[in-house]
Amino acid sequence: MSQYKRIIADGLWNNNVVLGQCLALCPLLAVTSSATNGLGLGLASLVVMVLANLISALTKDYVSRAVRIPINILMIATLVTITDMVLNAWVHPLHKVLGLFIPLIVTNCAILGRVESFASRQAPLPAVVDGLAMGIGFTWVLVFLGGIREIIGSGTLFADAHILLGSAFRAIEFTVVPDYRGLLLVILPPGGFIVLGILLSVHRQIQQKLESMAALKATPELSPTAQSKGA
Amino acid sequence: MALPCVEKHINSSIYQSLSLAFAVGISSALLVGLNIITEPAIAQRENEDKLAAIDLVMPQQHYSNSLLATEHSFSIDDRTYTVYNALDKQQQASGYVVQLSAKGYAGPINLLVGVNAELSITGVRVLNHSETPGLGDKIELAKNPWILSFNDKSLANTTSKGWAVKKDGGEFDQFTGATITPRAVVNAVHQALLDLNTKQGS
Repeated sequence: MSQYKRIIADGLWNNNVVLGQCLALCPLLAVTSSATNGLGLGLASLVVMVLANLISALTKDYVSRAVRIPINILMIATLVTITDMVLNAWVHPLHKVLGLFIPLIVTNCAILGRVESFASRQAPLPAVVDGLAMGIGFTWVLVFLGGIREIIGSGTLFADAHILLGSAFRAIEFTVVPDYRGLLLVILPPGGFIVLGILLSVHRQIQQKLESMAALKATPELSPTAQSKGA
Repeated sequence: MALPCVEKHINSSIYQSLSLAFAVGISSALLVGLNIITEPAIAQRENEDKLAAIDLVMPQQHYSNSLLATEHSFSIDDRTYTVYNALDKQQQASGYVVQLSAKGYAGPINLLVGVNAELSITGVRVLNHSETPGLGDKIELAKNPWILSFNDKSLANTTSKGWAVKKDGGEFDQFTGATITPRAVVNAVHQALLDLNTKQGS
């Protein structure tokens, strides 16, 4: 059980796709101008990540090391295209909202990264759990980053959420600052870099605090886990 | 875990090439199959979208024919328009629905413009675009009522100078941080009215 606990903790915080691995920054900066957009990309990536991890773990014994990367890229691209077509044909209202984000998933190196570094060496169940944890970790960072940029940039939070989630979610749309004129810098890509930089440094600070606390506890022996961090 | 015969050959280049070819084959087959299955459904959704969008730019009492059947295109210079003719009960022209494409900030913006027989606008909507989320996407009605400012505008009641964003001395608002997108939309709609006018006169 502790293996799954570690996978989940890694995905959500320690080795978070964005905060720990610094992956997937291209789609991240492109869509996080609002919390709703972040949620859309996060959910779409989550689904593809879980499926990609599962397929990769199931086929790992039959795929040779030499051709693993091209096969995985092919598999991810196929999954994304399938998602796109299925949503467009049968869940059209959702596709109108998510449609913009789906092609962005292909550019998401986090999915290939997880498939390569984790799923292609693991049994199917841990791989699926890892995909879920990494996907949720990615989603919360996207929503958090989008939320901060939206509040500072346009004074709203979860604006247009009802288009993505249905009209029942109109209640979570807030106007934080009424008659706000907007701070354009935060909405534009440079603002994404700035807020992301702050987030990364906060994450690192907290990590260091946690590690020094763990090291204090672990003395007098030198804790081996503290050394392997920071990669 | 793997079958013994697989384990024996997994490092041979023939097995590797074959497995790659196999993966490509499966992926292609899946995508081709799914494309065949979803194509009619997607086309139908797009038609429904088109009719729903036409409803927004031209009220249904304005016409009594089946609009999608009158689809035809015309072009002036290098601008191409897809036009649907609206006919009233006496089969007289009562307006047009014009689909056109404006050059936006991040790619083409496809617009649908409804005009009555006097070429006065009954409505404008954006069909699709790839403008910056949060900035240029305010041309969608769902995000901003800006697109409604076209209603009832015509060449007769708005001067050629007025057909521009306020920054350029015209009558239409721009958005904070996005001038190129609304400018492109305003200019394209204006140009479409001019071209329709030319076509009607000829």
